[in-house]
Amino acid sequence: MTSPGIAVSVEQVVKRYGSVTALHGVSLDIRENEFFTLLGPSGCGKTTLLRAIAGFEDVTEGHIRLKGKDLVDQPPFKRPVNTVFQQYALFPHMSVTDNVMFGLLRKGWSRQEAERRVRDVLELVQLSDFAARKPGQLSGGQQQRVALARALAPRPEVLLLDEPLSALDLKLRQAVRMELKAIQRETGIAFIFVTHDQEEALTMSDRIAVMSSGRVQQVGPPREIYEAPVNRFVADFIGETNLLDVEVESVNDGMAKVLLPGNRRFECPAAAVEARGAGHLSVRPERISICAEAAGDLIATVTGHTYLGTDNQLHVKLVDGEVMSIRLQNTESTLLPKTGDVIGLELEAGAARLLAD
Amino acid sequence: MAASTNLRRFPGFLTVTIICLFVLYAPLIVVAVYSFNASTSITNWGGISLAWYVDVFTGPEAPKFQQAALNSIIIAVCASIVATIVATLAAVAMTRAGRFRGKTLSFALINLPLMVPEVVTAVASLVFFSAIGFTTGLTTILIAHTVFCIPFAYLPISARMQSIPDMYEQAAMDLYATPREAFKLVLLPLMTPGVLSGFLLAFIISLDDFLITNFVKGAGIETLPTAIFGSVKQGIKPNIMAISTLMLVVSVVFVSLSWLIGRMGQEKT
Repeated sequence: MTSPGIAVSVEQVVKRYGSVTALHGVSLDIRENEFFTLLGPSGCGKTTLLRAIAGFEDVTEGHIRLKGKDLVDQPPFKRPVNTVFQQYALFPHMSVTDNVMFGLLRKGWSRQEAERRVRDVLELVQLSDFAARKPGQLSGGQQQRVALARALAPRPEVLLLDEPLSALDLKLRQAVRMELKAIQRETGIAFIFVTHDQEEALTMSDRIAVMSSGRVQQVGPPREIYEAPVNRFVADFIGETNLLDVEVESVNDGMAKVLLPGNRRFECPAAAVEARGAGHLSVRPERISICAEAAGDLIATVTGHTYLGTDNQLHVKLVDGEVMSIRLQNTESTLLPKTGDVIGLELEAGAARLLAD
Repeated sequence: MAASTNLRRFPGFLTVTIICLFVLYAPLIVVAVYSFNASTSITNWGGISLAWYVDVFTGPEAPKFQQAALNSIIIAVCASIVATIVATLAAVAMTRAGRFRGKTLSFALINLPLMVPEVVTAVASLVFFSAIGFTTGLTTILIAHTVFCIPFAYLPISARMQSIPDMYEQAAMDLYATPREAFKLVLLPLMTPGVLSGFLLAFIISLDDFLITNFVKGAGIETLPTAIFGSVKQGIKPNIMAISTLMLVVSVVFVSLSWLIGRMGQEKT
């Protein structure tokens, strides 16, 4: 059963195509009025899950409830959810107005009410001047907004978005992110957004579910996903990270004592890991600073650097041969060590995390 | 773009091209030109005249040819409409039903009439109609035409269907359209150029058919091609050239329309 405040509840959903399992018992709760993102590499099952919510895929096992009502046996045209498709799927033979009105008329709205609603939604996406055009006469960004307007018009309980920004160029994509987020706040509808772009997920979402190989790896707000990943996959997939092989000495109360390469001791927060043995330490490149060789947690040799504009990326090699990258802000006061220099590395306390495999 | 090959470099390219064009089109040009001949001879040029076109509509053979033309048009319209409907349904099934048992077999069966020698179909149809005791007449021509027109209508429709991604129907159903409404309001309008193109192609194929028609037609019933053939057996008269030229024009117009509509639809998506 679903508790109040939950828009969609996905319960132990399994999807098999013959011998291939696309979803291994996925469970998720999407709250009302939430911008929720399904993030993962291609083939992780995020689109399958979205299509299962929309009704385009039958689920093999499990339930999908919308405000408590089971959707599993409902065909797509009876589910009060609407989708913004990756390629927009605007009907090419209809004007913008007719596209947006399509869902309203099928739902049985009167023509008069429908026309009023179409005007309102087109205003929301700032396309009032293009109402009479055909989709083929619009730019990619405008088509994307028509697709959004068409899906929002029938006031769905939940809006599903299948990588809607992937067909836009970079500059436009960044502008549309903010717009999309603003529209979500304004309409108060829960958005379920599918993407493989971690930057998109981090900037727009209230909460993110990171998926891989048909399983949910972690669910949480962007900051938690980035700063407190629960396993190697999440740490590696979201942003850049250095993963160091370390020896775990003890884990107490979520804090671990580990032995770093080069045999210095270090204390850090730990995700659920075995109390002893080999472990992985994840450190973001921007959470490492350089210092004198003797004062560092790690000793490294500089192997090169890359200029990135806002940052300088430093490539180093540890005594045991492991390779790391470090980001130093590009300010005038930053003195870059030269290739071949031996330096000490200081890991920011609390920012390094011990992870399970 | 890959660098295109300059065809002119092939030895004999020009000669072969000219021979092909000559063999294909010279007779047509001769027929078209001589249809405007003022002379009653089919070989001697006697000046330009529209007399034979007038003769086609008012001359002694006019009633025969008019009846034949009417038969041809009735058959072509009915056969191509039915064939287009069947071909449309077949194309939807073949492209939207996913994989099903016998899909390859169905595809082969739809397109088989294109591969079977026409005379075989003609003999088979005749044998079939007499075996079930069906009196030959307009109906038998109509049935035979409908059947062999299906693959011709199917080809452009199915080509069009394959270029329509199924996301449009999904979008329609996502927006509360039942499968029937999704077909009627979204898929069918998108298919229309292919359907029209298929219809026109089937129409012209039916209009032109001689062989099968000649086998399955009943006594006393003529279509334009069989009437022309019957008339030619008694010696070629210039009015035949006028009729042939008229048919040529109708065919060219229909085939061009079919091609243009098919292309227009493709540019839209």
